[in-house]
Amino acid sequence: MYKILEKTPLNPTVTKMVICAPRVAKKAQAGQFIILRTDSEGERIPLTIADYDAEKGTVTIIFQIVGATTEKLNHMCEGDCLSDFVGPLGRATHTEGLKKVAVVGGGVGCAIAYPVAKKLHEMGAEVHVIAGFRNRELVILEDEFRRASSKLVLMTDDGSAGKKGLVTEALKELIESGEEYEQVITIGPLPMMKFVALLTKEYGIKTIASMNPIMIDGTGMCGGCRLSVGGKTVFACVDGPEFDAHQIDFDEAIERSSMYAPFERKAHEDACNLFKKEVE
Amino acid sequence: MPNMSMKKNPMPTQDPVVRSANFDEVALGYTPEMAIDEAKRCLNCKHKPCISGCPVKVHIPDFIARVAEGDFEGAYQIIALSSSLPAVCGRVCPQERQCESKCVRGVKGDSVAIGRLERFVADYHNANTTKWPDKIENNGHKVAVIGSGPAGLACASDLVKKGYDVTIFEALHLAGGVLVYGIPEFRLPKSIVQMEIEGLKALGVKIETNTVVGKTVSVDELMDDEGFEAVFIGTGAGLPKFMNIKGENLKGVYSANEFLTRINLMKAYRNDSETPIQRAKRVAVVGGGNVAMDAARCARRLGAEVYIVYRRGMDELPARKEEIEHAEEEGIVFKTLTNPIEILGYHNPDNKRDPLNGTVTAMKCVEMELGEPDASGRRKPVEKPNSEFTLDVDCVIMALGTSPNPLIKSTTPSLETQAWGGIVADERGQTSREGVFAGGDAVTGSATVILAMGAGKASASAIDEYIKSKNQ
Ligand SMILES: Cc1cc2nc3c(=O)[nH]c(=O)nc-3n(C[C@H](O)[C@H](O)[C@H](O)COP(=O)(O)OP(=O)(O)OC[C@H]3O[C@@H](n4cnc5c(N)ncnc54)[C@H](O)[C@@H]3O)c2cc1C
Ligand code: FES
Repeated sequence: MYKILEKTPLNPTVTKMVICAPRVAKKAQAGQFIILRTDSEGERIPLTIADYDAEKGTVTIIFQIVGATTEKLNHMCEGDCLSDFVGPLGRATHTEGLKKVAVVGGGVGCAIAYPVAKKLHEMGAEVHVIAGFRNRELVILEDEFRRASSKLVLMTDDGSAGKKGLVTEALKELIESGEEYEQVITIGPLPMMKFVALLTKEYGIKTIASMNPIMIDGTGMCGGCRLSVGGKTVFACVDGPEFDAHQIDFDEAIERSSMYAPFERKAHEDACNLFKKEVE
Repeated sequence: MPNMSMKKNPMPTQDPVVRSANFDEVALGYTPEMAIDEAKRCLNCKHKPCISGCPVKVHIPDFIARVAEGDFEGAYQIIALSSSLPAVCGRVCPQERQCESKCVRGVKGDSVAIGRLERFVADYHNANTTKWPDKIENNGHKVAVIGSGPAGLACASDLVKKGYDVTIFEALHLAGGVLVYGIPEFRLPKSIVQMEIEGLKALGVKIETNTVVGKTVSVDELMDDEGFEAVFIGTGAGLPKFMNIKGENLKGVYSANEFLTRINLMKAYRNDSETPIQRAKRVAVVGGGNVAMDAARCARRLGAEVYIVYRRGMDELPARKEEIEHAEEEGIVFKTLTNPIEILGYHNPDNKRDPLNGTVTAMKCVEMELGEPDASGRRKPVEKPNSEFTLDVDCVIMALGTSPNPLIKSTTPSLETQAWGGIVADERGQTSREGVFAGGDAVTGSATVILAMGAGKASASAIDEYIKSKNQ
């Protein structure tokens, strides 16, 4: 059992939790993920490691409430225990030797981008962060990003915080203004990452995208997480989750991610109804 | 007086029409009368050929003699001398290729139903044992067992009985390996596996689930930092293969591992499961082994029309005979001498956001014929010219075999492996690293439960010797 030590809502749909998982904390690195189950009947869901403390034996996760399991997770409280929490899975982000990097995050993807930015910043690299959200209410980790970067560009769809527009517009502007990035790291919704990749391809800037496909085991055993990268099939859980964004077949990944959309919608509604009933 | 009937006592089973809509066990087991009657068919021959067909050398005629006398617990104790998982093996061993293939009664008529008797005896024991075994005082020597499939369970069981302090590390949230994530409930009820595992825990075996060795902790850390004097690697062969044909990443194409894991481990067949699975109408399962039969029969139970697509003929199907017969009875259609060449998908040219985009609509296949024998001695299937056709399906399950997961290899320095990934180990499980032993599918590639169990037992005795000699 893995105890929830802290729970903090970051915005109305995104929550941060600190979990006691000493073995995972000891080995965790930026870019890796865990798989958890809330209870013994639960589904296995992957979540990226947002932070970790090897000494305290804790791992931080940040999740958006998108389905039944994250809904259930969000109803758990400090002191409750998760039945399963396995990791760290996947490969760590390659940060060695990087001097100047743009980190482009979208929505809850920013939670995953944050440890990467932090690590690069601590290594002494110049880090520019472009963080995109739908509106002011959904902005997360603004202060953290500010501390972990030398430039933070905040973008919202409606202009209610930062600048109005898409992350790709901000990235283009920076590149056009003469910023020379060795690498762009992008983490967020698939369509956003697809367009970041298209843009950086034009400028010939190496780009890494962090993928979060449907998974079960996270150890290479089921193949459910497979993606096409450079015309080859790879398993995101063991070969990734980060890949060369210019090689990823995003259209296929977008299609595959919707495999269980109707089931998930229904399960989420059922879960919400159940919690509503409990309140009444 | 021996029973000279030419036929085995048939196994009572659930009616095919009824069972193809539920996940309850198909074979219902012998009654005591049937078991005694069947046991009397054994001639107790002097040279006991059946034993030579058993990978772990169960004293078959002896246990059958006890069954004939009605001493079922005595029979169990005889099997338990050589096997740690009789209730499992009685259900899943390919007896027709092992013990039963050597039975003298099989020369004219049916062999003695050794597998069914083994199952009966084990079920009798389980049903009549009301108390867990007592915890065994441990000798303070720690052994780590990685993987909780039949190899790991057998190794842990023998070691704990010899007094070792045993911890099993398992990557998934539940122990049992293929027995819980692969083989379906209707063939091997999960309560049987659970019972074996509870028995081990009662003896004092510790089980750490959610621990991926190579990620969460390494073999070196287990030995250097955590004080394990020996390690047994029984991590199986879990990596699925695909055909590398066009369309394999469409929605509705599964590896058998994924399909079976969703159903067996995650219980996606239940309506209240939180894990989704596609409820397909027409399913093609590619492959002809036990895994293909299991996937096909699961798909059938979820309501689909199911085809087995296999590139060789009916006689070459590697699956257990009983599974093929059961699959046929359940209405699964065998398209043998058929090979897929492409999977076709739907794409709406006018709507890029159509949720059906990227879903499977059909599989393009060619007909095959058997040519000259290949290196393995099996006749090689070759494509018939101009024989292309399409099979309308909305789901394809690839059951093409699996290979060992490279995770442990890549994180354990100087652990030698074969080119295809199998860990190099001798017949007692000794690997290229001192104190590190391995067995089961991780060493042999996909094989059988009984071979994995046998390898676990062999390593347990080698580990015992190793630790004793080191501490002398
Ligand atoms: C669907 C299916 C049907 C089958 N039917 C039959 C049958 O009818 N009869 C028969 O005899 N055989 C059958 N087999 C084959 C048989 O199940 C296997 O040969 C046997 O289970 C192998 O046992 P094992 O202990 O070596 O490995 P497994 O049973 O594969 O167990 C390995 C365990 O190790 C765990 N693991 C892997 N990597 C790590 C790691 N790095 N750290 C920690 N844990 C790890 C896995 O999660 C798994 O639980 C079937 C196999 C399948 C898939
Ligand atoms: S999640 Fe199963 S192989 Fe990646």
